[in-house]
Amino acid sequence: MVEITDVVCSLCGCVCDDIVLEVENNEVVKVKRGACSVGKSKLLGHERIKSPMIRENGELKECSYDEAIKKAAEILYKSRRPLLYGWSSTVCEADSAGIELAEDIGGVVDNTATVCHGPSVLAIQDVGIPSCTLGEIKNRADLIIYWGANPAQAHANHMKRYSYVSKGYWTAEGKKGKKLVVVDVRKTMTSKMADVFVQVEQGKDYQVFSALRAILRGHEDVVPDKVAGVPKAQLLEVANMVKEAKFGITFFGMGVTQSGARHNNIVNAIQFTRAAHLHGKWSIMPMRGHYNVTGFNQICCWQTGFPYSVDLSRGYAWYNPGETSSTDLLYREECDAALIIASDPGAHFPGAALRHLAKIPVIQIDPFANPTTEFADVVIPAAISGIESEGGVYRMDNIPLRLRKILETDYYVPDEEIVERIHAEVRALREKEAE
Amino acid sequence: MVGMNVNLISGRTAVQGQNLDSKLTEKYFDEVAVCNLNGSDMEKLGVTPDDNVRVTTAYGAVVVKAKQDDGNPEGVIFIPMGPWANVLVSGYTEGAGMPRYKGIAAEVEKTGEVVLPVKELMRTYME
Repeated sequence: MVEITDVVCSLCGCVCDDIVLEVENNEVVKVKRGACSVGKSKLLGHERIKSPMIRENGELKECSYDEAIKKAAEILYKSRRPLLYGWSSTVCEADSAGIELAEDIGGVVDNTATVCHGPSVLAIQDVGIPSCTLGEIKNRADLIIYWGANPAQAHANHMKRYSYVSKGYWTAEGKKGKKLVVVDVRKTMTSKMADVFVQVEQGKDYQVFSALRAILRGHEDVVPDKVAGVPKAQLLEVANMVKEAKFGITFFGMGVTQSGARHNNIVNAIQFTRAAHLHGKWSIMPMRGHYNVTGFNQICCWQTGFPYSVDLSRGYAWYNPGETSSTDLLYREECDAALIIASDPGAHFPGAALRHLAKIPVIQIDPFANPTTEFADVVIPAAISGIESEGGVYRMDNIPLRLRKILETDYYVPDEEIVERIHAEVRALREKEAE
Repeated sequence: MVGMNVNLISGRTAVQGQNLDSKLTEKYFDEVAVCNLNGSDMEKLGVTPDDNVRVTTAYGAVVVKAKQDDGNPEGVIFIPMGPWANVLVSGYTEGAGMPRYKGIAAEVEKTGEVVLPVKELMRTYME
């Protein structure tokens, strides 16, 4: 038995880096410290895809890595409008190789932000974002707002490591010296911990941000008695807490990005943060989901100039979410092949988009079988990043961290190598045709 | 009352997250193929826990198991993000790139129909 310390978790955007594992016979036998229930479940492992597979007469048949990679290359080489989607549960090195492949074949490259914090990215491009690191929040924040987010279930270590429950340099008393406000449509495990729970009518967060902005800017007289189901007295109470805070932070989640107003909600959330600056130090941060969803956006910006939903078919990068985003491409039945890596649109895309995904050739690269596998024509199992292979990732606050290799594998191939081998085969097909 | 008009939202749960890499298991099915309703809404629909409900939107219909969650306001139902919820979501993003996963007009009613396992549900897209 070997104890391994400082393991970096490859599950959610918290990227906890203080995990202690026990490893025996090349298996994780115990998660001793550090991981939440969700991270622990990942570290202890699940049933794997055992072999590369190619679909023949409706059935997936096992084959070699070389055969699957060749078949994947043929599909992409033949395709006139390929979509290369996912990239959030893998490392930056794989993302970089994938964007290069997309550029070479004139594809559209998109990551899971498109169904997650894509609207936040759009809002940030619109009005900027006053943000900070999770370390600053841990050490300084005395008022924490979770808005449309349920970290107790979705980012279970977030409050303990970085916010409400954490103890830092100027927050040595932990939650005793802090206040927690939760804004949500429904009561959640997170809202039960709150000093103030603001229950907003679904889809009306925008109005509540506006009301708080008005109060913080000295115009409380224009705020009606009730805003989106929230009594004015409670809005005044929250605004007062904001005014009195030394360092405040708003964390926001899918509750505001996935409802009708989408990026407009986030623009208003950022403007609310600016109004709070009249009274103290404030920051705002999206609760990013996958452990490297942020990293893909970084890498994609370096390589194409844009963070996600980038169409490379014109010979230059074209970015227009709503047109070049995965759901729209599939819904318009535009793409004629898809490479899906480190994500699961089968489980997480709208049915109307899946109807088209089910029709076109699909290449799946993933350690685990999932609903997307049902549509896949080529399945290539990958080594698990952060367990069987290493690489760079970006935490939700854009801090780069390096995933470690914990276990050996003499069979599974890392994502980066799979993508590079597919790309090499695509080049070989092109050279052959040119001969 | 046969059916009831509600507002549908979807989202993450801890058990859903624990089974991200094992979505073909019973645990995932038991957690995700579920519709969380306020107790008073369940009463109005004549539904008890473990009864199945049929949820219909302009984009599709799906059968899931009813579960009581009084944290939901009346008239709001919550289905964990995943294959069952997504049957009910529009593919049209209104030019935003982001599907509207929360705030979908839906009708919910009691049904004797069974909940489709995930592989069978996926097969319905191939028909």
